[in-house]
Amino acid sequence: MTTTDAPAIEPTPPDASSRSGAAERSALSIDGVSHAYGARHALTDINFDVAPASFTALLGLNGAGKSTLFSLVTRLFGIQKGRISIFGHDIRIAPSEALRLLGVVFQPRTLDLDLSVTQNLLYHAALHGIARRDARLRSDEVLTRIGLADRAGSKVRDLSGGQMRRLEIARALLHGPRLLLLDEATVGLDVKARADILSHVRQLVTEQGIGVLWATHLFDEITPSDDLVVLHQGRVLAHGEVAHVIAAAGADNVNTAFMRLTGAAAQIGGLTP
Amino acid sequence: MSSTIARPSQSGFSFPQYITCLNGIVWREALRFLHQRERFVSALVRPLVWLFIFAAGFRQVLGISIIPPYETYILYEVYIAPGLMAMIQLFNGMQSSLSMVYDREMGNMRTLLVSPLPRWYLLFCKLLAGTAVSLLQVYAFLLIAWFWDIAPPPIGYLTVLPALILSGLMLGALGMLISSGIKQLENFAGVMNFVIFPMFFASSALYPLWRVQEGSPMLYYVCLFNPFTHAVELIRFALYGQINWTSLAVVSLCTTAFMIGAIYAYDPSRGLIRRAPAGGEI
Repeated sequence: MTTTDAPAIEPTPPDASSRSGAAERSALSIDGVSHAYGARHALTDINFDVAPASFTALLGLNGAGKSTLFSLVTRLFGIQKGRISIFGHDIRIAPSEALRLLGVVFQPRTLDLDLSVTQNLLYHAALHGIARRDARLRSDEVLTRIGLADRAGSKVRDLSGGQMRRLEIARALLHGPRLLLLDEATVGLDVKARADILSHVRQLVTEQGIGVLWATHLFDEITPSDDLVVLHQGRVLAHGEVAHVIAAAGADNVNTAFMRLTGAAAQIGGLTP
Repeated sequence: MSSTIARPSQSGFSFPQYITCLNGIVWREALRFLHQRERFVSALVRPLVWLFIFAAGFRQVLGISIIPPYETYILYEVYIAPGLMAMIQLFNGMQSSLSMVYDREMGNMRTLLVSPLPRWYLLFCKLLAGTAVSLLQVYAFLLIAWFWDIAPPPIGYLTVLPALILSGLMLGALGMLISSGIKQLENFAGVMNFVIFPMFFASSALYPLWRVQEGSPMLYYVCLFNPFTHAVELIRFALYGQINWTSLAVVSLCTTAFMIGAIYAYDPSRGLIRRAPAGGEI
């Protein structure tokens, strides 16, 4: 099966007024976003929303465009076409208002290895204008919450991979965001560390009402109650509740649905069922 | 599991929040500097080698006539001291930009760039932090030099401070601008050779411009248009409680131009971060 004959579930093109209203209600609204590196198109007409207090999985193979999309949402790249807003704040028009509601865990590690755990958190707090005393209180709280309170004074380079990821999540939560982006946050971790991190992030959704966009290429990180966006070769092939996407693809699980949608059975080696 | 972390308000940032951000960036730069003690030592050894070895050797060869701001004949060591102070700042500016390239490769730079504060302000804070570190190095150099009879008027230690801040900002902004065009850390060594050495040698750091003019009129004009020459002269005059207005104007203009260039280059819609991610990751 090739991509062309795959039973793609094309998202219904929304009209402008409904998109505008959705953007105001959504934690994250991606509206007609396209991006190219020179002549190479990385993203083409991406449309989807992430609701507050929801877990949305962004599923795609390596090279699907997930990291480019994250770079656009975080303003590391400029938007060439389309609109991105966070809780109604257009990131081009009101970047400060948008970014202060956003917490990010990038795929590559972004901690300062030579600083201690607490120093990394205090630095992040300063970048959000949080005064030192308040920052210390918040640091203590997030470190306790992620079980790293006893490592507060340790150099980051002395932490394990899983602890570093947890610290990055703690750092992303330090300024009290309402939307959390995680770009393949469990890559390179062992099974237990993966499960711990995923469980913690899901708790953030249910207990704190944070909207989460979780980029992954691992099927087992997706549950039936999640929202799912299937990204392939820079295009959204399907978007909706997992059960709906599976049913619409005529499949009985996410794995099969993804293969049918992408027609990528031959390339699926990179995916872990 | 409950949370007491306050949610951010929707309004802009207050002045204290801007100061908190500045403090945080300077604090982090200082911590990194303290963690890299060899960087501090090498930053001092370099000018001291020039002072104690190069200057001692050339003292008899290079006579210095009475030129402003000096009111009498001076030792060659005294003449090159301001040039060496500027050299410390030049190396520090490039070192800071090197760390920006490193941070970008290692991903740390993203932490800075996704801050909700305006990007121009973040880059300016980064620049100020680098300048603050260079001031520590320069004053440590002056302290050691004092034991070798390089002793400007006491007030000079104070009057030179604004000149050092301005020249530090200019050289840091130049480094930042250069760093925006560097794709990989490995490429930076070449840039160092093509920027630092030409800037340093084609300046008034080691010899007065009138001497250069005698030897090569063309090189004289190169030195004259070299912003580093004006940083050196600004520091030299300020160290003796005077202002070289031409140098002040040139350094101010260059600082502004380099800073605007760096902010432009780090704008998400242009320059540096527009490129595709490395390693095929999209």
